[in-house]
Amino acid sequence: MLTLQFIPSHELSSLGEEEKIKKLLMHVKNNSIVVLDAKLKAEEEASLIKYTMGMINNKFKGIEIATINPNEKMIHGLDRFRVNLASMIMGREQGLTVIGPASIIKEIKKDPNKIQLFTKRRK
Amino acid sequence: MAIKIGDFINSLFFNIFGRKKSVKLGLYGPPNSGKSSLANRICEDWIGEPLSSVSQIPHETREVKLKEGVTIKSNGKTLTFNVVDTPGIATKIDYTDFLKFKLNSRVAKKRAKEATKGVIDSIKWLDDMDAVVVVLDSTKNPYSQVNLTIIGNLAARKTPVLIVGNKIDLRKASIKKIQDAFPQYNIVGVSALKGHNMDLFYKSLFRLVR
Repeated sequence: MLTLQFIPSHELSSLGEEEKIKKLLMHVKNNSIVVLDAKLKAEEEASLIKYTMGMINNKFKGIEIATINPNEKMIHGLDRFRVNLASMIMGREQGLTVIGPASIIKEIKKDPNKIQLFTKRRK
Repeated sequence: MAIKIGDFINSLFFNIFGRKKSVKLGLYGPPNSGKSSLANRICEDWIGEPLSSVSQIPHETREVKLKEGVTIKSNGKTLTFNVVDTPGIATKIDYTDFLKFKLNSRVAKKRAKEATKGVIDSIKWLDDMDAVVVVLDSTKNPYSQVNLTIIGNLAARKTPVLIVGNKIDLRKASIKKIQDAFPQYNIVGVSALKGHNMDLFYKSLFRLVR
């Protein structure tokens, strides 16, 4: 069974970087695909990879991750200002993050506007 | 032509490098993008010896490798680099992937373990670089999260970045896709293996750190 775990960003907002990443990875290690309604900061993504590497063993193979960031798109001027202002007011990075266990997710294909998630076929 | 944001950041960096004796240049990217091939090409071009071993099997480089005092000349100017070849950054490492390359289970598991440590080391070294060449495989989709994470982290650290689209000798190569994905950066297409377009690479490297 495939479990999709939605985590509202406010649930993580009071946590430090390490706690936030451990919480996300806890869900992923329980074979859930985590959907977070915010983009992780670049430094948090790097820490997430570091923690993931430290956890890899014969059972846990790592993660697949993709983020959509409104700033990545070719937005300029007033639109970019609106996105930045919204981020400032809401205190989080605008966007979406999807993280899942590599044992379940075969691939996440991404272009700037969409994420396609492909799961592995059960043998 | 409009000045690119990357050029602007790099120009701000000029004075910092102007006072340094050598530039610590990191080669970063996903596994099998050709970082070690490029490191070898640079070292063979300027000091006549390679830096790293290369292989078709992913995660061949599992330790950070450093070659100090690589003096490069371009357009009558000279700069000395400490070239740092880093293990490929990945979000997953499955030892069974190595079995496909006819490695036995024990060797594959050892390779996977070393590779995880290599990824951690690569990320730790990000803080130490004066400038970074992000090496991408130009036959692959550039929008992978690893690419975005590496480049995002370098931008956050204000580290000057040159993106290299490697393997341009292959039929599926597309520098245009990399340019579309990272329009604010300078991008150079090369074949590190065959030495194609290295003159332009060295010129771009000097523009990055001059």
